[in-house]
Amino acid sequence: MRKILLSSLVATSLSLGASTASAEGNLSIYHWFDYIPQELLDKFSEETGVTVTMDTYDSNEAMLASLKAGKLGSYDVAVPGDYMVQVMVNEGLLDTFESSELSNFDNIEAQWMDVSFDPGRQSSIPYQYGTTGFMVDTAAYDGDINSLSLVFDPPEELSGQINVLDSQGELLALASMYLDIPQCTTDRDQLKQLNSMLKEAKTHWASFGSDTAKEVLVSGEAKVGMIYNGFGLRARDERASLQYAFPKEGYVLWMDNVVLLKDAPNRENALKFMDFLLEPENAAAITDFANYIAGVEGAMALASDAVKQAPELNPPAGQPGQFIETCEQSVQEIYDRIWVELKK
Amino acid sequence: MAAGPSNAPPSKSSVYHGLGTRLMLPSWIVIGIFLVIPVGIMFVYSFLTKEFRGGVIWEFSLASYDQFFLYRGLFGDEPPTIEWTYLSIFWRSIWQAALATFLCLVIGFPTAWFIATRAGRQRSFWLFLVTIPYWVNLLIRTISMKFLIRESGPLNEFLLMLGVISEPLQILNTHLAVQLGLFYSYLPFMVLPIYASVERYNYALSEAAADLYATRWSTLRYVILPTVKPGIIAGCILVFVPSLGAFLAPDLLGGAKTFMIGSLIEEQFKGSAGNWPFGAAASMILLSMVLVVLTFYARAQTKAEAR
Repeated sequence: MRKILLSSLVATSLSLGASTASAEGNLSIYHWFDYIPQELLDKFSEETGVTVTMDTYDSNEAMLASLKAGKLGSYDVAVPGDYMVQVMVNEGLLDTFESSELSNFDNIEAQWMDVSFDPGRQSSIPYQYGTTGFMVDTAAYDGDINSLSLVFDPPEELSGQINVLDSQGELLALASMYLDIPQCTTDRDQLKQLNSMLKEAKTHWASFGSDTAKEVLVSGEAKVGMIYNGFGLRARDERASLQYAFPKEGYVLWMDNVVLLKDAPNRENALKFMDFLLEPENAAAITDFANYIAGVEGAMALASDAVKQAPELNPPAGQPGQFIETCEQSVQEIYDRIWVELKK
Repeated sequence: MAAGPSNAPPSKSSVYHGLGTRLMLPSWIVIGIFLVIPVGIMFVYSFLTKEFRGGVIWEFSLASYDQFFLYRGLFGDEPPTIEWTYLSIFWRSIWQAALATFLCLVIGFPTAWFIATRAGRQRSFWLFLVTIPYWVNLLIRTISMKFLIRESGPLNEFLLMLGVISEPLQILNTHLAVQLGLFYSYLPFMVLPIYASVERYNYALSEAAADLYATRWSTLRYVILPTVKPGIIAGCILVFVPSLGAFLAPDLLGGAKTFMIGSLIEEQFKGSAGNWPFGAAASMILLSMVLVVLTFYARAQTKAEAR
């Protein structure tokens, strides 16, 4: 509710600015809640004369549902996560562009150019990337924290003091890594194993909460809590004993991307905006704001020291995270069953 | 107005009757647009085929109702048995809402009685006190409740200080916390309608009952309760219905460990499941259940009045 209220406030305040209509036209952004500094949007408007309006959402799925329910054609760009880019490509919700249409296209870091969800970057550019793992309060537990067993099969002193994200995708991906089975497996024994392991693990969990992920750790209510690394950085600021884990079994890597939507009313301005975001200076401004990393050459050098040196943002070498995979329909239906049975 | 074929002069009441119809028109339009059409869409969608990751395919299908009532195993290929998963989610929500209603009634009735029996100015003061917390947004109040009852919160610290308990009580993330949240959120919806009924109560009736040797209990049972019944019923409906769809208390105070009706349906539209027809079907089933209960209630009521 709070989110809806705030986003409509933002939309109103932005459209108030729109009353001084400009010849350069408009740009309509569909973005995550609280993920871009207002100053950056103002800067874009100043530089280009384009009037910006923005609506916000709070999950990839909510954004997809809204676009499919008839909002496609009213927005120019959106910012889906990695797997959602692929879903949107499959659903035909995205427009494509030529690399020559973006003068800063080459600023995309090489490692994010040929990504599995949009090979060659035909519809998307990197926005920010981060990881999903968990934090441990080292004042309450002094063992090795870099194992997913702290979440799925915790030692007795941590049992009942664990918060997990209320998100099927991330939880099932981490659970698969813990069991060392492939994501979206079709093997029945592995799926049964996943199902029973989660049911057992749930007996150790205190709560499912995504919005509250940071707060429960800071208040000390949870001693172990799944969290996104940028949130983890902010949590550590408020409670120094919190430490972000890079579990040896693996952790989730995610990347949000700016995509060009199909039937965009202002395609030209959308490309201008993407170009703007690929400027290292602007990408760094988002990094400082959101505490994630932009996949843009030269941006990290311009970011603040707090971000550059944060342990949450610097995984140990040779231990990369994994993207969440999009399962085929038959597997997704089994995942949905597992999820409902877990929360029934 | 009443320019019908009848020769009788238009009576005053029929003039008002016609006026009433026209005044009702905006309400009817609003109900038509915002109630009938959405429920109609929901009804139709519940019989359509789901599109993967949200949306519908315009083909008739009973799959959603099948999914709700029949269990075919984790992989969907076992012989069907009764599906308890969704029924138990519904049952839990109904039970929780009923308990919250009961708690509100037990606390709300004496409160309303107390307020209604105060002298004029005091009465306004007490009513004012009841409404004050509700000037604050429900989300904020629910989060405050969370701070109050958590392990290091004031409630536990107070009890520890008094020595009543030696270990902090684990209230947060339990059913008790959800109950507490629902009870606290909806208590005034019980107090206010009962207050309105009690306020109109004629105390001469109690005196008459006492004169006829009624005990205090039978006065309450046979004189007071039947008179203030409309207020109690209104209060119960006003508490029960929003409790049934509540998601803030279960999510924030109960730790969202189990689905409630509201969160189960939300998951079908905003979660990974993306199963719109199933979400529509679950909503239709809920709607039918509430309608059946209310119909039975209305029948019983008419019979009781006929007697």
